[in-house]
Amino acid sequence: MTRQRKQKLFHGLCFFMTTLTVVILAVLLTHVVMEGIEWISFEFLDRFPSRKPHKAGIKSALFGTLWVISLTAFFAVPIGVATAVYLQEYAPKNRIMEWVRINIANLAGMPSIIYGLLGLAIFVRFFGFERSILSGSLTLALLIVPIIIIASEGALKSVPNSLREAAYAMGARKWQVVIFQVLPSALPGIMTGIILAISRSVGETAPLIITGALGYVAFTPESISDPYTVLPVQIYNWAARPQVEFHGLAAAGIVVLLTVLLSMNLLAVIIRNKSQKTRTS
Amino acid sequence: MTSNQPIIETQNLSIWYGEKKAVNSVSMKLFKNRVSAIIGPSGCGKSTVLRMLNRMNDFIEVLRHEGKILINGQDIYNKKLDPVDLRRKVGMVFQRPNPFPKSIYKNIIWGPKVNGLKYEPDFLVEDSLKKAALWDEVKDRLHSSALALSGGQQQRLCIARTIAMNPEVILMDEPCSALDPRATSKIEELITTLRDEYTIAIVTHNMQQASRISDVTHFFYEGELIETGLTESLFTKPTEKRTEDYITGRFG
Ligand SMILES: Nc1ncnc2c1ncn2[C@@H]1O[C@H](COP(=O)(O)OP(=O)(O)OP(=O)(O)O)[C@@H](O)[C@H]1O
Ligand SMILES: [Mg+2]
Repeated sequence: MTRQRKQKLFHGLCFFMTTLTVVILAVLLTHVVMEGIEWISFEFLDRFPSRKPHKAGIKSALFGTLWVISLTAFFAVPIGVATAVYLQEYAPKNRIMEWVRINIANLAGMPSIIYGLLGLAIFVRFFGFERSILSGSLTLALLIVPIIIIASEGALKSVPNSLREAAYAMGARKWQVVIFQVLPSALPGIMTGIILAISRSVGETAPLIITGALGYVAFTPESISDPYTVLPVQIYNWAARPQVEFHGLAAAGIVVLLTVLLSMNLLAVIIRNKSQKTRTS
Repeated sequence: MTSNQPIIETQNLSIWYGEKKAVNSVSMKLFKNRVSAIIGPSGCGKSTVLRMLNRMNDFIEVLRHEGKILINGQDIYNKKLDPVDLRRKVGMVFQRPNPFPKSIYKNIIWGPKVNGLKYEPDFLVEDSLKKAALWDEVKDRLHSSALALSGGQQQRLCIARTIAMNPEVILMDEPCSALDPRATSKIEELITTLRDEYTIAIVTHNMQQASRISDVTHFFYEGELIETGLTESLFTKPTEKRTEDYITGRFG
């Protein structure tokens, strides 16, 4: 085969694969939306689950998700960002730190069910937090901390050294350089990483089922020690029922979940674009 | 040469990057209110020596040195001396303009602010920008981003920000190498006006520049200080063969 033919073939193959991905996604989306569209309404968002499909809504799951991601972020963001700052700005460059880094990368790739088991043993049983928002959030925090660390480290690494040098040359101390110059410069990247990590946790089902998210909750949580459910668990619950109506509800739930996820990703994209603009102008 | 006390002096300064020796036993003096040029071929250790003088090399882990560096007679590596205090006194302007990604105004006051100095911000900003010959060009947009300035303006802002700290010495590492000729001549003009208030050491590859703006020139070659002299005499009648070869462009 000539070089040009190979080139063309490869190009074509890549194009085909990309198209395939997009088509599959589109088919899945249309299918879900078609199935769920008739169930979506304001009442659907404002009602609690029910045994009667026409009275069922997703309010408790939506509130549960909001509670869980807020609390998850509350735990995971400070730990993740602070660890990244330590690793990138303070840690000595030696074998031990290299080893720590590799392990963090491994943690980020671990199946989420393992975090669920860990959360069950530690938070639910050992600390006795039971089947609460607190247990679920702490478990999800464990899950996304490595992701936040890796994303934040990348953002810190991309801050040019010339900025650090400029700050030191002005007689700044290390903590001032880090807090007033490096972190603000890395912030858009860190924020993007945080949002993507949290949106990952929004879709997690297994660790929350293990640590005790319920399938049927007819109230909105009022404190972090309350029982709860979240969107994917509610969807799973509906989808597992034999009646077709509940499958419609599940599809409607998926649409709500996807809306939440897509708006978070959109926010991440907006933050990224905005920071690129201010940096190049 | 000038008879007064040197403000900065290195004594038999040798510097290694890991196993590699980059600077060999350099004894150099910088005198008050003089512009000292440091010239020499690429890789001869100019930046390494310059960055030593305000301890910017502290951040390079593999770097090690022997010999002494004195500022006003005091060892800068004296345990009692805080490197942050040293950098307040000895400012630095880098090869690539590196303003903070903040407004022009904030660029100027950032140093005094984090150092807890007493200052009147509006006055400090105006005064520093005037001294750096940038005021007229930016006075209407002090609160817009410094990154929107041209390269030459950014470099003058970096000089202004250094001046705002009121240092005794300003170190400049090829401050014009990223700039066009017009911006370069602006900076050169500026340096000659700054001589009255500050002591300046400037690394440059540009021989004409060294001869135009400096009082004293130090010629480095392969990590050694080969020759020091008043700029005029060093460029007209160098005593060393290698200096002559370099300034006549036979190598470098
Ligand atoms: N961070 C570093 N790690 C290892 N070696 C270095 C480092 N920085 C510089 N060197 C080496 O030290 C020697 C002197 O470098 P230096 O940057 O001081 O030269 P220079 O005279 O400033 O050159 P130029 O005119 O090209 O800027 C060179 O051989 C260089 O390769
Ligand atoms: Mg250099």
